[in-house]
Amino acid sequence: MIDPSAGSVVPTTDPSTYLPAQPISGDLTDQMLQTDFWTDDLVAAAGIPIVDVPFVTVGGGIGSFVTVDYLRIAGVPTSQMRVLSTLDFPWQTYEYLTRVSQVPRPERIRSDSASRPDNIWGFPSYGFAEGVRKFNLKVLWGLFSEPIFADYYTPKAGNVFEQLERESKRIDYDEMLVKGLVRIVRRRYGGGYFTILTPPEGASATKRVAFRSQYVHLAVGYPGLKFLPELQRYRTENNDYQHIVNAYEAHEHVYERLVQKPSTVLVRGGGIVASRILQRLMDDREKHGAQTNIVHLFRTYINGTNDGYGNESDPRPGGGRTRVTMRRRGANGWAYQGFNYPKSVWGGQLKAQVRNLEGEERAELYKRMGGTNTPWRKSWQRQMNQGRREGWYNCVVGTVDAMEPSGSRILNQVRTAQGVVPLEVDFVIDCTGLEADIAEHRLLKDLLDHGGASRNPVGRLNVDRSFELIGTASGSGAMYASGATTLGGYFPGVDTFLGLQVAAQEIYGDLRKRGFCKRIGPVRSTVQWWKWLAGSTP
Amino acid sequence: MLPTLNGRIQTRIFMLVVFGGLITLALTPILPGDPDYRTTYLILAAVLVLGILWELVYHVIQQFRWEKDWPTLFGLITAVNEGALVWLLLDLELVPGIDYPSDGVPFWAFFIDFAVIWVIIWIWTNGPMRVPFIRWRFFGGRIV
Repeated sequence: MIDPSAGSVVPTTDPSTYLPAQPISGDLTDQMLQTDFWTDDLVAAAGIPIVDVPFVTVGGGIGSFVTVDYLRIAGVPTSQMRVLSTLDFPWQTYEYLTRVSQVPRPERIRSDSASRPDNIWGFPSYGFAEGVRKFNLKVLWGLFSEPIFADYYTPKAGNVFEQLERESKRIDYDEMLVKGLVRIVRRRYGGGYFTILTPPEGASATKRVAFRSQYVHLAVGYPGLKFLPELQRYRTENNDYQHIVNAYEAHEHVYERLVQKPSTVLVRGGGIVASRILQRLMDDREKHGAQTNIVHLFRTYINGTNDGYGNESDPRPGGGRTRVTMRRRGANGWAYQGFNYPKSVWGGQLKAQVRNLEGEERAELYKRMGGTNTPWRKSWQRQMNQGRREGWYNCVVGTVDAMEPSGSRILNQVRTAQGVVPLEVDFVIDCTGLEADIAEHRLLKDLLDHGGASRNPVGRLNVDRSFELIGTASGSGAMYASGATTLGGYFPGVDTFLGLQVAAQEIYGDLRKRGFCKRIGPVRSTVQWWKWLAGSTP
Repeated sequence: MLPTLNGRIQTRIFMLVVFGGLITLALTPILPGDPDYRTTYLILAAVLVLGILWELVYHVIQQFRWEKDWPTLFGLITAVNEGALVWLLLDLELVPGIDYPSDGVPFWAFFIDFAVIWVIIWIWTNGPMRVPFIRWRFFGGRIV
């Protein structure tokens, strides 16, 4: 046990320091929920056992993984860190989402060759390793000449997961993993934090367990996915979850049906997920003889060079057209971009620029470089061109006013520039991927209400340049956040593999200044890289 | 690579001083035409000074790219324009400080030294550099 009045949390993870389980259930009390700063006595009085560990990361997805990977390489032993998670392994959610949105293990994800969440150095890159291991000259030529003479190299999902598994074993990730759902994080009177975990049933004598730590890291991922309101209404009113699906939910039954019976599918959205779904529909035509008619509904139809505000001449603040130095390629409805941000947000000019912008100016640059986009890939262009030629792939531009059942089909009233047009289809696949507000996540809402956290210019969690959550400091303790919940901060590409590593590096740097880990200077970095290569523990 | 102007210049100076310096040290005695160290190092210095000016040009070109990146390929083929300019100045005896031999600076000596340095720096920049310097790639190629 530590002295309750101590200014910092001294690490003691020996199980004998756990408070004995109390006869009461050990649940949160009303008094606790109403108190912003908890004393040790308050938690103990509720009968919640306390575990001391200096660093906890909440989430247990790829964001938590790259952060503890960095810290392990910076010399932190597994006994000093805990990963609190409902996931069995870090890529579980990612693999589920990629698989249902049509990127199974053999397919390639949309990520740069040097974005390796299993390797903090990004060397050798996925592409270099693949090219050399299999002596694949096509891959090596692609890496050399991308994006001028070849599409960007992107790694296979399966390879990414295999390498993550290797690194996870190397750093003894499982030793740090504690299963359970994090309900709440509150500041501790005297410094540090309490993180309340609800373990799986039967795993603990009490309903909750409190982790008392100096540092907390939050990487809880997307707060949730939202359906387009008209789709949601149709689904609930007609109790039909078969014909209207979101690309991020399991919907294999749609493809099975399409192979059996010629049908019309409405695909909504103009981003990477729409591209994936179209590829699957078109692959099934080619490989399994499906007779699918595809209607593709764009809300914004991109017909040439563009930026986050839309086409060349679309209205934008301050008037004018797209800037000559901020112009993205586009055609046939799509805005084309290799990855989900312009490449230099991960370390180049745009990263440096955004780091120095505040408030409105920062939000403006986010908007200008944003907008829905997808990569230009040779194979996708070939499939779409064939579909246009043969008349089974058609585009409509507009929004949907109303949807109603029509026999076993769905009648959409589509509002276009030429007026409202009826459109009857068999299936609707929603690829718009709207994200829910962060306040829909219970833990984040509590931090906004009781933890001192605030929102940034685009409405997500407000973090500073070191990814510390602004306003949540507690004594000498610090709380960090990375990933999608922090979008809109001083670094734009947060919700990407490389973005998670950029964040992890900043967090490591801040923790090093606080004396939690060793410095990864040129010598340590090189020695650790060789260890990575050899597969030995850091 | 995703350089900022500051990072471009810093990386170039670092690479040419470290790798350029070492390679020139090793190669000069065995280069054809028997150039002396004074000549090869002065040429290296000329490559460095002109290179900083070239970086300003590349920076302008980069502004017209949406991604604000600098593809791997560009990093290699810019050897052509940069090498050609240095050779032109050598041929016109405009690089100061060199005792020009009567038949001029030996072309193959220049070509071999320049090409070896360029290729090694290009390879190093596109991967191994990230091993000792973990911040380098996220900070536009800045070293300090």
